[in-house]
Amino acid sequence: MTPQDRQNRRKLSRRTAILGGAQLLFIGGLAARMRYLQVEEADQFRLLAEENRINIRLIPPARGEVFDRNGVRLAQNVPSYRIVIVSEDAGDTDLALQKLSQVVALDPESLERTRSELKRSARFLPVTIAEDVSWEDISRVSVNAPALAGITPEVGLSRVYPQGSDLAHVLGYVGPVSDYDLSRIEDPEPLLRIPRFQIGKVGVEAKREKDLRGKAGAKRVEVNATGRIMRELDRQEGEAGADIQLTIDAALQGYAQARLDGESASAVVIDCDSGDIVACASAPTYDPNLFVRGISQADYDLLTGDPYRPLASKTVQGLYPPGSTFKMMTAMAALEEGLIEPDDTAYCPGHLEVSGRKFHCWKRAGHGWVDLQNSLKQSCDVYYYDLALKVGIEKISQMAQLFGLGQRHDVPMSAVAQGLTPTKDWKAAAYGSDWVIGDTVNASIGQGFMLASPLQLAVMTARLATGRSVMPRLIKSTGGIEDPPGTGTPLPLDPENLRKMRRAMFAVVNDRRGTAYKSRIIQDNMRMAGKTGTSQVRNITAAERRSGVISNADLPWERRDHALFVDFAPHDAPKYAVAVVVEHGGGGSTAAAPIARDITLQALYQGEPPLDAYPPKDRPAIRAQQKRLREMRPQANTSGKDQA
Amino acid sequence: MSYLEHSIKAIPTGPRKILYLNWPLALLLAAVSSVGFLMLISVSGGSLRPWAEPQIKRFVVGFALMIGLAMVPIWFWRSVSGLAYLGTLLLLVTVELFGEVGKGAQRWIDLGPLRLQPSELMKITLVMFLAAYYDWLPAPRTSRPLWVLLPVGIIMLPVALVLRQPDLGTSLLLVAAGGGIMFLAGVHWAYFASVLTAGIGLVSAVFQSRGTAWQLLKDYQYRRIDTFLDPGSDPLGAGYHITQSKIALGSGGWTGRGFMQGTQSRLNFLPEKHTDFIFTTLAEEFGFIGGISLLGLYLLIILFCVWSALLNKDRFAALLTLGISLNFFLFFSVNMSMVMGMAPVVGVPLPLVSYGGSAMLVLMVAFGLLQSAHVHRPR
Repeated sequence: MTPQDRQNRRKLSRRTAILGGAQLLFIGGLAARMRYLQVEEADQFRLLAEENRINIRLIPPARGEVFDRNGVRLAQNVPSYRIVIVSEDAGDTDLALQKLSQVVALDPESLERTRSELKRSARFLPVTIAEDVSWEDISRVSVNAPALAGITPEVGLSRVYPQGSDLAHVLGYVGPVSDYDLSRIEDPEPLLRIPRFQIGKVGVEAKREKDLRGKAGAKRVEVNATGRIMRELDRQEGEAGADIQLTIDAALQGYAQARLDGESASAVVIDCDSGDIVACASAPTYDPNLFVRGISQADYDLLTGDPYRPLASKTVQGLYPPGSTFKMMTAMAALEEGLIEPDDTAYCPGHLEVSGRKFHCWKRAGHGWVDLQNSLKQSCDVYYYDLALKVGIEKISQMAQLFGLGQRHDVPMSAVAQGLTPTKDWKAAAYGSDWVIGDTVNASIGQGFMLASPLQLAVMTARLATGRSVMPRLIKSTGGIEDPPGTGTPLPLDPENLRKMRRAMFAVVNDRRGTAYKSRIIQDNMRMAGKTGTSQVRNITAAERRSGVISNADLPWERRDHALFVDFAPHDAPKYAVAVVVEHGGGGSTAAAPIARDITLQALYQGEPPLDAYPPKDRPAIRAQQKRLREMRPQANTSGKDQA
Repeated sequence: MSYLEHSIKAIPTGPRKILYLNWPLALLLAAVSSVGFLMLISVSGGSLRPWAEPQIKRFVVGFALMIGLAMVPIWFWRSVSGLAYLGTLLLLVTVELFGEVGKGAQRWIDLGPLRLQPSELMKITLVMFLAAYYDWLPAPRTSRPLWVLLPVGIIMLPVALVLRQPDLGTSLLLVAAGGGIMFLAGVHWAYFASVLTAGIGLVSAVFQSRGTAWQLLKDYQYRRIDTFLDPGSDPLGAGYHITQSKIALGSGGWTGRGFMQGTQSRLNFLPEKHTDFIFTTLAEEFGFIGGISLLGLYLLIILFCVWSALLNKDRFAALLTLGISLNFFLFFSVNMSMVMGMAPVVGVPLPLVSYGGSAMLVLMVAFGLLQSAHVHRPR
């Protein structure tokens, strides 16, 4: 052994002694702490724990309720009874379940589920056997309690959506916390681990979970040796979740939903003054109550298998080429750039040839000489091709963004889509190819890469109608505290240009040659202005073109055009802006405009409009339709304010 | 000091090695593990399932593994320590890329029956590598800045990866264990003093940064520190665990309620009562006597390790043994402090007692290395 080694060893031993000493000191500290907790402080705990044991149980808070703008309940909590079993108390669980099924009728499926759940969960945790049990069954269980050890009836709150399927896509639904949910939450609060505690899964229920959930309370209870609660010592009340008031008008929403029934369609109504989303309907819809109770596989398959996609929230999630409803953007861009005067005319021969490719107008014979107003009124495509070539895609996209297209609006619904206003840079990044002039031509009439959701179209229309940057608002107030309205500030645009656009949109509906003339409102103070849109979902092949345009009715449903319509009314003092999209509905003027007109009138009259608002020719048909819709919603007139 | 200078003949060979194991230590490990089995049976209400049975199987496998590793000469372990360190580092990176996400943190690699937690393994391989480093490093260089920076880098690399998972508890343990080896190896006092000062600075920075854009910890970690400092502030939220665990402990008293009679910890809503909070069950059911006995067993394990290290004339073996015992000490002391409300809840299991395969196996592997050092010590 060298002296160096010896020195090393000495040093190691010395340091070991120091570190060991520190460890010993710490262990001494641990022992002292243990003594303090278990010997000195023990009396305090032992007193409480002498005969019975003290337990802290969490009290789940009552979830906040949701109301519409007039105070109609949209989501509420109702007491529900369930039967639970604690295997530790029950002993032989199979025997206990068998005894229980002699007392109340239980379906074999839930018995099977209970058995498998009992195997998986800890012995002292309650497992739910049956939910939504009738009061009679609960009393039967209570009467037979001595024979049914370990089985107890429990009362809880369960979520009910009294408006049924009307607001499914807006409200969403709640459901029990899943393992997947837990894995996504950092440090979940103990409350979430209560079996079957319900949290929002979709829609406002999910997006406003924090407000709606509230804070857990706690009670201290004495439990006997088997864990049964003997007595409550004290309780600290939790905080109920905050109530939320939506800007939705339940009556109008119900009407819109009924009016869209049978189509794969959506409609959005925005209050031009405040940006309030008064109606946000997406058809077909589903019953959120089914999801709260746990939807059966058969029902779920039915929903997912439907080609009309009932689970999709089309108002915010659905993206469509805006078609001719986009022409206002192209025109505004050109007007703001000072490139055209409204009286400037262009000649429409039925097509425009751009770098060797022919771009057709929807009207093959052409519109002849048209100015701004006539081109919008008759929805001439060539006029806008021409404008777009002058303005360029960048200015058009900028204008569209100013009107809220291509922007994810801040609305607490699930899967709010951003849409798309293409630019040269975007195409280079997304496709790696250069922007070609044909892309601009397509974009000018809202085709090609351009995509917008019905909500975005409604916001665009509201901004056109008011000249302000109206922001959509879905939440009116949370816990009584009003959300700021989305009135917006004046857009940096020439008011004169906006007036010209509105005048042209007025002509679309009210001029004899306008594309939406058939869907006009004749009540003078309620006349609307709007724009039709028909967006292509397929490419027309050369063969098809040669054989002449095939009518939509001859095509399979999924290849037909989307029908769109946007409008605002009254035209001189805009109150509501409406956007309607009927998926594969055919033409905007025939499929979407009548729906939009009906919904607009319903909103303006705050209920069923009188027949004299409609052109005399249509009245018999409208009368029949109104009758049919009334029958579809028998509660429509009674579900008003008295329910709140 | 190298093995070549000792008489290798004095070191036992072949199956006879088994007789030269540190048997008292092995028995102590078995005793502590048995306490664990007992508690797991109690927590599951008197049943071997779902926790006690797999834990017993793991212990048997772990024990066999320990004996197997002890048969391999310690100089072999020294020669592979660099590889082991690099391999674990690679696993940590893999977890970063493909790991499974559990409780908001990414820690595991799923290997079918076993969930491998590379950060657990790192506690051992880091100690191994540092011990080999100081065995190799000529003593006069120990305190030279460059030769101090190198091990600091060796420690900080895995610490940074573990922090990213994020697992604050384990990364602090790694720092403590690595720093411990450096201290034992004889690095100059001044380094530790300056690190301590910097540490205090860092802690104040962590608190200063709260709420600003560059805040250093996650929100929930701040909340845990808050509730640690004042558990009463949020008795139903984050402070719930600590309050509950103190009530359970306190109601145990001197002798406890008796086996399987503890109701606080069984009926209460302690989600991790079979893992991190298992000590509460023990303390409630067997009282102060039970708690102090387990602490005594742990102390004995540490003492046997230190004794074995002081016996060992080989520098690598001694440092490895001390490092592993230090790790073991950190494990149980941090867990017990946490359960008794003396440290924030950081998620460190009670060694050999808490339910968990990865931790148990890694510990037994560590003790296997320790036994190998003991068996093959120069005589």
